[in-house]
Amino acid sequence: MNIKLLKLLNKDSRTDVRDLAVMLSMSEEQVRADIAELEREGVIRGYKAVIDWDRLDGAYVSAIIEIKVTPKAGFGFEDVAAKIMKYPAVESVYLMSGVYDLNVVVKGKTFQEVAQFVAKELATLESVTSTATHFVLRRYKELDVELLGSGKDERGSYLL
Amino acid sequence: MMDYGRLLSPTVCEIKPSGIRKFFDIAETMEDVISLGVGEPDFLTPWEIRKAGILSLEGGKTRYTSNRGLAALREEICNYMNRKYGISYDSQGEVLVTVGGSEGIDAALRACLEAGDEVIIPQPSYVCYEPIVRLCGATPVIIRTRAEHDFKLTKEELQAAITPRTKVLILPYPCNPTGAIMERGDLEDLAQVLKNTNILVLSDEIYAELTFGGKKHVSIASLEGMKERTVVINGFSKTFSMTGWRLGFACGPAPVMAQMTKIHQYAIMCAPTTSQYAAIEALKNGDEAVGAMLEEYDMRRRLMVEGFCRIGLACREPKGAFYTFPSIASTGLSSEEFCEQLLYAERVAVVPGTAFGQGGEGFIRASYCYSTEHIAEALRRIEHFLKNR
Repeated sequence: MNIKLLKLLNKDSRTDVRDLAVMLSMSEEQVRADIAELEREGVIRGYKAVIDWDRLDGAYVSAIIEIKVTPKAGFGFEDVAAKIMKYPAVESVYLMSGVYDLNVVVKGKTFQEVAQFVAKELATLESVTSTATHFVLRRYKELDVELLGSGKDERGSYLL
Repeated sequence: MMDYGRLLSPTVCEIKPSGIRKFFDIAETMEDVISLGVGEPDFLTPWEIRKAGILSLEGGKTRYTSNRGLAALREEICNYMNRKYGISYDSQGEVLVTVGGSEGIDAALRACLEAGDEVIIPQPSYVCYEPIVRLCGATPVIIRTRAEHDFKLTKEELQAAITPRTKVLILPYPCNPTGAIMERGDLEDLAQVLKNTNILVLSDEIYAELTFGGKKHVSIASLEGMKERTVVINGFSKTFSMTGWRLGFACGPAPVMAQMTKIHQYAIMCAPTTSQYAAIEALKNGDEAVGAMLEEYDMRRRLMVEGFCRIGLACREPKGAFYTFPSIASTGLSSEEFCEQLLYAERVAVVPGTAFGQGGEGFIRASYCYSTEHIAEALRRIEHFLKNR
């Protein structure tokens, strides 16, 4: 498994294959083959942009929903997780340790829309015993990318 | 009216300010400039090291330390020098904690030099040696190291530069700006020349931990018979990304260190206390963080070397520090012309090789203390510049 390649792609999935090859001391063909294999094996599941939605007023809100579940005999949590993840409004679903069971990130255009979705769709699911909704007010860092500050290089010394 | 001409020291006035400062001041006023100019890491100081500094403040460690530096830090420095380079120093008399490596260089030169003495300086190299030698009233003797020798100092060049007045040889490896290193065999050659002399080697090893391709740094002080004639300068800025903490150290023979300590005592008192506490953590537990940074530098280094070669600027593989030093001879431009035209045409700032001595003519220094995206964009712009001029 080419972990170094994964780390580089995780940092910037648009890096040229040529540059990846140089940085990893591999041939371009080998890099392409490794990427194809990682995709085929389902290790790499997609390539997305990191977007600072807060710059677009009113286009996007999200909330973290803590869900407690009574697992059905023989199905565990998979059954309810499989249902929840099918909603397009659901961004991610995690099974958690601790005081609640599923952590679900839900997105929408407005807080009301998200709240409605939780109340109507998630809370009413069979085996869901409670939900707690936490709205995201501001994103400071997303997928390793700092969204706060200018990003300006403060280094000024050119000769050292 | 004050007559400053009469007031100021002629020796100081004759020292030229860095010629390219102006050039980079222009760059700073321009929009969308992408720089490969800086000489410090883009990484922040690893968190555990920062935390050690914060904890020392919270614990009220806000006073002077002993002049030579905290005893615990000096002991860690001795452990480090032994572990990394196989040299054993006495933490009592052979180690001085300084304000960056720079202060160690200054103190070592001042401890040795008188008017009329000569100091051998291989160039291209870091910019501080020549001015400090002149401030001491001594004479710099420049050796131009050659690209065909990978910018190493050879024993023939050294032998030819030595006179009865030679007091100090500055050995700046791994080298800023060339990225050259001196391997064990290269150093053994120099040691042969130096062993029967009374010349002190001032070995500036600030980049010692930043070497690539499995080439571990060798300190000349670790060679037989050389410890007694070598002051090693090292520090935390480059290795641990601690430039702003201003902390370095010098290790050397007790008689030299005693005089350096006096200079340090009267000029500085002691290195910053907070930084010293952070440095203890760096030396004890910093290896893993350094390893991760080194791996990142290595990828950037390959990206940059390959990039310059691909777009037609011949570039040797630098074995140390975090700079590439490509030749711009193929353009027919001087180093300064190249840098100026590149800045105005493509808004990329690099440093002319001549900033590091006349031997740097025909080269530019490009630092890879930048993200790979940044480096790739800079290379695209330089390629565009080369195609369109």
